[in-house]
Formats: sequence, C-alpha cells, structure tokens
Amino acid sequence: MLVACTIVALVILGYLLTRGAHFDVLQPAGQVAKSQKSLLIFAFGIMMLVVIPVFIMLILFAWKYRAGNDKKVDYRPEWSEHKLLEAVWWGIPILIILVLGITAWVTAHTLDPYRKIDSKAAPVNVQVVALEWKWLFIYPDLGVASVNELPVPVNTPIHFTISADAPMSAFWVPALGSQIYAMNGMSSQLNLIADRTGTFPGYNTNINGEGYAKMKFNVYAKSDKDFSSWIASARKSPNMMDEQMLQKISKPGTMSETAYMLMDNGLYDKVVMKYMKGTMSDKDSTGTSTQHDMSNMEGM
Amino acid sequence: MDWQWLIGRLDLSYLPHEPVTMGAAIGMPLTLVAIAAALTYFKKWGYLWREWITTVDAKRIGIMYGSVAIIMLMRGVFDALMIRSQTALGGPGGSQLFSTDTYQQVFTSHGVIMIFFVAMGLMFALFNIAVPLMIGTRDVAFPFLNAVSFWLFFAGMILVNGSLIFGGFSIGGWLGYPPLTELQYSPGPGVDYWIWSLQIAGIGSLLSGINFFVTILKHRAPGMTFMRMPIFVWSVLVTTVLIMIAFPMLTASLALLSLDRLMGMHFFTSMGGGNPMMYINLIWAWGHPEVYILVMPAFGIFSEIVATFSRKRLFGYKTMVIALVAIMFFSFIVWQHHFFTMGAGADVNAFFGIMTMIIAIPTGVKLFNWLFTMYRGRITFASPMVWFMCFAVTFTIGGVTGVLMAVPAIDFQVHNTLFLVAHFHNVIIGGVVFGYLAAITYWFPKMFGFRLHEGFGKAAAYFWQVGFLLAFMPLYALGLMGAVRRLDNYSDPAWIPFFIVSAVGVVFVGAGIACQVLQIAYSVWKRKELHVTGDPWGGRTLEWSVPSPAPFYNYAIIPKVNRVDEWWYQKEEGVKAPKDSEYKDIVMPKNTSFGFIIGMTAFVLSGALIWHIWWLVILTFIAVVAMIIMRTMDDFTEYTIPAAEVMKMDKEARA
Repeated sequence: MLVACTIVALVILGYLLTRGAHFDVLQPAGQVAKSQKSLLIFAFGIMMLVVIPVFIMLILFAWKYRAGNDKKVDYRPEWSEHKLLEAVWWGIPILIILVLGITAWVTAHTLDPYRKIDSKAAPVNVQVVALEWKWLFIYPDLGVASVNELPVPVNTPIHFTISADAPMSAFWVPALGSQIYAMNGMSSQLNLIADRTGTFPGYNTNINGEGYAKMKFNVYAKSDKDFSSWIASARKSPNMMDEQMLQKISKPGTMSETAYMLMDNGLYDKVVMKYMKGTMSDKDSTGTSTQHDMSNMEGM
Repeated sequence: MDWQWLIGRLDLSYLPHEPVTMGAAIGMPLTLVAIAAALTYFKKWGYLWREWITTVDAKRIGIMYGSVAIIMLMRGVFDALMIRSQTALGGPGGSQLFSTDTYQQVFTSHGVIMIFFVAMGLMFALFNIAVPLMIGTRDVAFPFLNAVSFWLFFAGMILVNGSLIFGGFSIGGWLGYPPLTELQYSPGPGVDYWIWSLQIAGIGSLLSGINFFVTILKHRAPGMTFMRMPIFVWSVLVTTVLIMIAFPMLTASLALLSLDRLMGMHFFTSMGGGNPMMYINLIWAWGHPEVYILVMPAFGIFSEIVATFSRKRLFGYKTMVIALVAIMFFSFIVWQHHFFTMGAGADVNAFFGIMTMIIAIPTGVKLFNWLFTMYRGRITFASPMVWFMCFAVTFTIGGVTGVLMAVPAIDFQVHNTLFLVAHFHNVIIGGVVFGYLAAITYWFPKMFGFRLHEGFGKAAAYFWQVGFLLAFMPLYALGLMGAVRRLDNYSDPAWIPFFIVSAVGVVFVGAGIACQVLQIAYSVWKRKELHVTGDPWGGRTLEWSVPSPAPFYNYAIIPKVNRVDEWWYQKEEGVKAPKDSEYKDIVMPKNTSFGFIIGMTAFVLSGALIWHIWWLVILTFIAVVAMIIMRTMDDFTEYTIPAAEVMKMDKEARA
C-alpha cells in the first residue's frame, strides 16, 4: 500500500516537473542531434521489450510465492536447473544485444564526429580554442573571430577543428549534437549542422578549473543574410584578434560575448604548435600534431 | 634561519578560510578528543589495543573495515548534501553557500570517499566476515598481511579527511585527469593528498586481493570443490582476480603522475612531450574493472540472499559461475567507453561499445536466475530480501541507461552530463550499496549474536529507495536538458526545480541512514530479545553451522563438504553433536602491533611526501622496510590451543 502510494506520488511529481520543460537533446535543432535522438529512443524501446516483462515477473513471483501463500502454490525447493529455460534467457539478451550491437557499429560510423555532413552547401570552417574559461571561435576563411558567441548559417554544414590552451575541456552544443574533447597540442574535429534558426546554448563538459561551470557560449543559427551581415559587422569591429589579443584573453577568467576582426590567419596553428615546442626532432618536422618525440628535451 | 629543510612547504596559510571547512577543521579534532577522553574515562585503551588494534582475526578486521566505511558513508552523504544544496541554490539570481573552489574539492572527495573508503571498505569488510566462514577455514591465508591491508586503508582514510583541516583537497574529480592535476594548473598540496590517499589505500586493496585469492584457492574445507563453493565465494574469487590485475595499473598511473609532480617529469603534462591521453587510458584500464570489483560481490551476496529467503536452491548455479567469469573477462576490454568523445576512430569506438553491451548478457542472465530462484519458492520478505527487490528494479534501470551510453553515437550526447552522473549512481547505489547494506543485515547476527531490528531496516530501505529516485531521476532529465556534471551554477531558471527535488532526495537518503543508526542503537539495546543462536535465517551455507557470534577460531572442527549448500542438507539429515575424539589441537596466529605501526608509518611517509619534507620521507621509508624485514624474521607468530580446551569452549558456545 505504502509502496503503491509512493509510486503514484513519484509519477505525479515527475509529470509536474517535466511538464513544459525543454530538453535540448530530445528537442534537437540539427540533423546530427536528430539522428542521435531517434537512436536513443530506438535503443531504449528495444530494451523495454525485456525489462518490462522482467519487472512484471519480479512482482508476480514475489507476490505468488510469498510465504503464507503456501497452500495455493507448489513449493519445489530442489528445482534449480532447466536447460531449455536457461537457453531462453541466454538467447533473449543475446538477440537484443545483437540488434543493438549492429546498430552501434553502423551509427558509430554514420554519426562519427569526424565524418563530413552531406549537403549542397559548402561547409563553413570554424576553429575552436578552449581557453581558461571562455571559448574562442576563429573563422579563418571569413576573417573574423569571436569569444563565447558562435553565429552559424542555417542549413550549412559547420566543420569544427578544436584545440585548447587550457586543461582538457570539451565542446558540446546539445541541440546540434555530439561533443568532443578539446586538448592542448591536438586538433579534434566535429561536424554539425543547424536545421533551423535560433539560439542554442553550448557548454564545456569537462572540468578544467575554477571557472568551469561558467564556460558557456551561445550558438546563433542565422539565415544566410543575417549571418553575412554579422560577418560584415565583425570585420569592422574595433577589436582585433592577433597574438597579443590572444595572450590578453588567455588569462584565466570569464568573458562576455565579443566579436573580433581576425588579423592572423595562422593563429589557431600557433595555439596548437605552442605545445609542440621542443618536442619535434628536426628529422620529422612534418609529423602529425600529436607528435611525442622525447629526443629533444630543451622545452622542459 | 631557514626552516624549509625541516618542515617542507608546511605553512599556516594552508589553514582553512571558509566557514564550512573551518567548521570541519574544528569539529573533527574535537570529536577525536572527545572519543579519546571517553576511552580514558572508561579505561578502554588497553581493550582497544589488545582486542582490536593488534588483532589479526579476519572477523574483527572485517568489523573495523565496516565501521570505518559506515562513518565514511556519512561523510560522503554529507558531501552529497553540500553538493546538491549548492546546485539547488545555484540558479540564476541564486546565491553561493560556499566558494566554487570548495565545491570542486567537495565533489572530488565525495567520489574518492564513496568509492575507496565506503564501497571498497564495505567490500573488504564482507570478504573478511564471510569468506573464511563460508569456506570452512579458521582465518585467511595471510592474517598479518590482512592487518597491514586494513591499516593502509585506514591511513588513506585519514589523509583524505586530514586534507580538510590542512591544505585542501584536489579539485580534479575522483580520477584527476591531467593536465588539470599537473603542477602547471594545480601546484598546491590538494592533488598530492588525492594521489597519496589513493596510492596507499590502493596498495592495501591489492594486498587484500592477493590474500583472499590465496585463501579461496588453498584454504577451502575438505570436499569443497570449486563447483561446491557458495556463489558469494565465487564472486569474491573473480573479484580478487580483477583486483590483482587492475590495481597495479592504478598504482602505476598514480606513481607516474606523482613523478611528474615531484620530479618535474613529463609523462602526462601537455608540454615537454607528455601525453594526458595516456593517463586517461591507464586510469580507466583500472577504473572500469574497479566498477566490476565493486558490483560482483553484490551479485554474489544477492545469490545467497535470494536462495536463503526463497528457501530454495539457487537456480542455475553453473550459469551463475559462467556469467561471473564472463563478466570478469569482458570487464578488461571496455575501458575506452569512458572516452568515446576523445576522438578515437569509429572502428575503435564501435568495438568498445559492443564489448560493453556484451556484459549486459551475463548480467541479464543472472537476473533471470534470481527470478527463477524465487519461482516455486517460499519467500520471506525479511529486510535483506527487501533490499533485493529494490536492487532488482534500480539496478535494471541503471543497466538500461548503461547500455544506452554504450552506443557511441548516443554517448556523444550524454557523456559528462548529469545523465552520466545519474547512470553510475544508479548502478552503484542500486547495485553495490543496496547489496552491501543487505549483506550487513544478513551477516550481522553472525558477527554479534543478535539480529538487527526489522522495522528500522525496512524503513531504511524505503528511504534509500525513494531518496535514490528523487535524487537521480531529475539528474537524468537535467542531463538531457544540457546540464553538465560538476557544475555549481547555471543560467536556465527551468533547471531550478529539478535541482531542488534532487536535493530533497539526498535528505531522504540521509533519513535512510538515520534509520540505520537508530536500527543499530535499538538492536543493541534490545539485543536480548533479538538474540539468536547460530542460524537465524534458515541459512544454507557453512557459516550458519557455527554459533553466533562466531568464535575466534571459527570452527572447532573443520567441516567436510559433500555438495552445494552443505549446511542445508546437513540440517535436513539431522545435525549430530561431534564426538570428543574429533577435537584436535588448533594453531592460531598471534596478535601483533606491526600491522598498525606499519600503517601509521606509511601515513607519516605520505604526509611527508605531500608536504615535501624529504628527511622524513627517507626516515619513514627505511622504517617501513625495516619493520617488514623484522616481521619476516619472527618465527613465533602462532600459538596452539590444546584439543581439550577447544572442546570445552565449543561445548560452552553450543550450550
């Protein structure tokens, strides 16, 4: 009785809480996040096929075979093996995991963050740098940069290259999909697309110090026209993004949204290469960005 | 005058500054002084030293593990209350109870304490209490090593709590990912406290793992073949294999990180050729098996409990064993699922995702076996069985969300969010904690000779279960809304009610613990009425064949085993009193203070490393090595109880 009342009370509480709530992951605004949402619901549904019967059996058996109900049901204290039954419950989870495993394999490839999004529109390149505790976005082809604001054109694939000049951080826009780590001296990649205009919050998901929770940004998905006019106004901005400015904003602390005129197209590479100093031997200077050569230790 | 060589980097500025930490820094020593005063007043120091501190009796060591773990559980839940109070108030226009720095220390210590000093502590408590009795032996294979393990665990526990008083703790989360935990970003002593408390407790765990592995292999009663062992013993056996393989990896990764910090090396730094990704791989290669180290004994416990309270033989004994061994194997090839988002290729992610899902198969089979143990049984819903019902529901939900996160493409959207936090609490509270709390209720009479009060026990289960749901279901929702883990402030007002409900959930869990404290107090008070001899639950396995509390020598006569559930069938056939001629001389290990002293010296050694007091490091290191050598030179570590005396004690205990 108490248990039943509690369940009812919890369900009502759950309904009241979630009524009208907005779930970025379940109400996505981009193709990647939409596929991930359907995948989430599919995997959840297929597991319910076995979980619900198990819960029913649990309650049924607990009720039926309770001590005190002895006369109505048979009691067989030695019954402890049944080949067919055991084969059945090895079989059911194996089947479910087979289906889910194939799904996991396929979607790990189709939704791989590194995979380019098929679209008629040419992708926009954005270089992302996680700083202590703000996000720097560089649009190398468009000559602008920004901090904590990420305007993107709608229905256009965005190709992100992501690094950090901070302890390991992670870049995530739940409404658009897929997060990925941002690490010193390395470049991760991520491809996203916005299907509708709007403002979508983005987060850092990996603790990187005191200002971690405040390290947020906004994605502004704009129509092509609005996006072009933002680019134009940023190009005219009195704020110039170059090495000096980068050094200035790199100091630990939070910042509000700011747009910059980009003065140095190679800024992102400089951030990545900063951590490579003294680690690459002369013989292999063309190596990848994750070189770890211990032969040259002056950088220490 | 330069004092630095003498005191390292000790400095009064490391004393706490905030009211909340100052409160703890004053409260803890005062409590210790009060306890010391009480011990002096009641003249109990000698008793404490002779009967507990120097003991090598596995049951007493088990009780000490359990007591420390339960006190640490209270600290851990208090940390949780602080975390959720901060987030309940952390919305737009809210206020801060304490600084972000303190908040980050609190969630780090919450994780470390709950895993290393609560879950591991309770686990070793149960190993010590139940395993020797269940396999029909008088003690573990290496009783002295057992004491050393406990005191190393104890030393690690003091370090974590000591950091509150002096120096602060790490802010890097329970696994302390570099480069955040490297000198560049965390120069203070906090990370060193974290490293050395884990390091020292981890070595204790490794030694204990070896000890119980050997005990189970070599000390089973005659006739107890592997396939006649209780499933709990099987679960301990596979767990100890995991411990022996996994814990050296923890020791190594922490050692490399401390070399970075102490010697200026570059294993995991961003600069100088270090690679933090290596650390993340190494620590999870330990960390994932660790999760199964914690949960497999819980599976074993429930296998005993379901069979006992259904008054029926466990369904599918062989399948249970196969499932345990399968989980043991697969738990080593899934670690990468903790960082699908680090940019590994799709093939790698998919491989580890599928391996992770495969673990759900043997786990599901176990659940079916428990269900069909109940089927055609005669089930009594004593509180251990109530815990099982809570476990069956909660753990299954946790398993479902776990399989969801094993799909890499789904994980990209929920990794490191509060959804993840809800998931692992779902399996650890629903699986590990419920299992261990059930086991405490189940084996308590074996230790102390009286049962725990049932009403309080069931109330505790109720509050824990409801508290769990209130605390963590909102976190699943928040994760899907975009709330990341470890945040203490947020700008979306819609999140506030979810965080408030979650905080209320922690209060419910606190009420559950209050019920358990009352339960113990009330049961001690009414112990005469709850008194039972030997076998209060109608047990099936050997531990219930000896009187309660179990005598220090466990078995006056080592039993012979002919089948699974030996004791159940012996009872059916009628138990005969042993003949006088069956009693033999018993050899038992002598108490020793070396375990305690080695543990405390290791504690000073760690403190000296944290504060860079090099002369003390050298001194205490030599002392530890010297004491180990001295102990190995001692040839008189055992004594003999003559057969006549064994017979006298046994007859008194059975009367």
